[in-house]
Amino acid sequence: MRVALEFFPVLEEWPLLLTGIAWTLLLTAASTFFGLLLGTVCAYLRTQGPEWCRPFIVGYVELIRNTPFIVQLFFIFFALPAAGIRLSAEVASVLAMVINLGAYSADIVRAGIQATPRGQIEAALSLSLTHRQVFTRVVLPPALQRVWPALVSQIIIVMLGSAVCGQISTEELSYAANLIQSRNFRAFEAFIVATVLYLVLSVFVRHFFQWFGRRFVFGASRG
Amino acid sequence: MSTVVDSTTAIDIQGLYKSFGQVRVLNGIDLKIAAGEVIAIIGKSGSGKSTLLRCINGLESFDSGQLFVQGQPLQYHNAKAMRTLRQQVGMIFQSFNLFPHLTVGQNIMLAPTLVQGISAQNAKTRALELLRRVGLAEKIDAFPEQLSGGQQQRVAIARALAMSPSVLLCDEITSALDPELVGEVLAVVESLARDGMTLLMVTHEMGFARKVSDRVIFMHQGRVHEQGAPETLFQYPRTPELVQFLSSLTS
Ligand SMILES: Nc1ncnc2c1ncn2[C@@H]1O[C@H](COP(=O)(O)OP(=O)(O)O)[C@@H](O)[C@H]1O
Ligand SMILES: [Mg+2]
Repeated sequence: MRVALEFFPVLEEWPLLLTGIAWTLLLTAASTFFGLLLGTVCAYLRTQGPEWCRPFIVGYVELIRNTPFIVQLFFIFFALPAAGIRLSAEVASVLAMVINLGAYSADIVRAGIQATPRGQIEAALSLSLTHRQVFTRVVLPPALQRVWPALVSQIIIVMLGSAVCGQISTEELSYAANLIQSRNFRAFEAFIVATVLYLVLSVFVRHFFQWFGRRFVFGASRG
Repeated sequence: MSTVVDSTTAIDIQGLYKSFGQVRVLNGIDLKIAAGEVIAIIGKSGSGKSTLLRCINGLESFDSGQLFVQGQPLQYHNAKAMRTLRQQVGMIFQSFNLFPHLTVGQNIMLAPTLVQGISAQNAKTRALELLRRVGLAEKIDAFPEQLSGGQQQRVAIARALAMSPSVLLCDEITSALDPELVGEVLAVVESLARDGMTLLMVTHEMGFARKVSDRVIFMHQGRVHEQGAPETLFQYPRTPELVQFLSSLTS
């Protein structure tokens, strides 16, 4: 069997690859921002919200954690139009990723919140802070710090999961690789390149968020 | 002994009852504390000392009875009223409870800026003033984990003082400290007492209670079992329970 790797026909399509990388990063950035926000709100409601909303949060988290991401994506893109909600592929992709990351991070952040020593909350209440101030100023920053490595891992998982979004023709990285191999029939090389690019992106994104967390999320004061 | 008979009442507690499930922890507490009075609360572990303090600033609810702070009734279910009350009643804990992600300065400035709307600039000036008072001005940018227990507790005192409370509750604030660090914290408390702060302190430091307090309260089974000026109470205990408690300390 003859193996002759020809990377040039793949690399020649670099504008496609670059667009793919840009979309993958954009999807990841948007879903990280809104997904962590959603997850944090859910974690707050689950731990200190009114009693009636807890079953809804639990239901949402369990629903998402026990179904495949691709089904969630297809539901939003193909099934919602039947209900009169028509979204572009890109918006549907972001929405699916936000909902997915929201559920997983809700559980992760909840674990961080529940590890808060009771005395921290009591000290803050004694200083006349409102319950919301106690949460945002005293409970949340150390809670996020505790679970930040787990959150970053989850962000990476969601980023890699975004490869599925090519299925509804969002032009992310795996979509670009697939398009390239359909043009030049260099499937092996195209997916080797995609693999290497995903690997590089993962390492980059992980380091970025580790820095970002220290700098802006829980350690702002430490500079 | 007391020089405060004619001043206003800081705290007025009438018939306070509190149970945790089947366990009655406060069993009818009646207590009047004058402004500027320094009270030491002593008693066996489990006698309800912490619960009493925690009721005074609403960290714990009570089942029946009445509690007034500066003449205002404590309204446990009115969040706004509770916050107003807590600005007047500071609390210091055995475990310091400094916020680990904030510097010493930020720990002290947090509540004044958030709750009282004081500008960051003014809050910082005040924080520095308070830190000087507890002897830690140079630690303003340190993080709690970089401080000794005694230093952390002095910062916690400065943090409570930043809200300008009229009453300070101290729950065994030296119990978690290494013996050699107890003195520096007690010195700060003593200076507060001298400056006329109303103080309620649960303490096992009998020497300190004797030296600093105007009145000692002995709690037993959820009641104020015996009380009086420190000299009389320690020298001439009247109830067998107090006699037994005091002798258990020396042995
Ligand atoms: N949150 C709680 N839930 C149940 N029981 C409690 C709680 N807090 C205190 N207790 C019980 O109440 C009693 C009095 O506790 P406490 O006020 O802490 O006593 P002290 O401070 O004098 O040692 C103890 O028996 C303790 O176990
Ligand atoms: Mg106690």
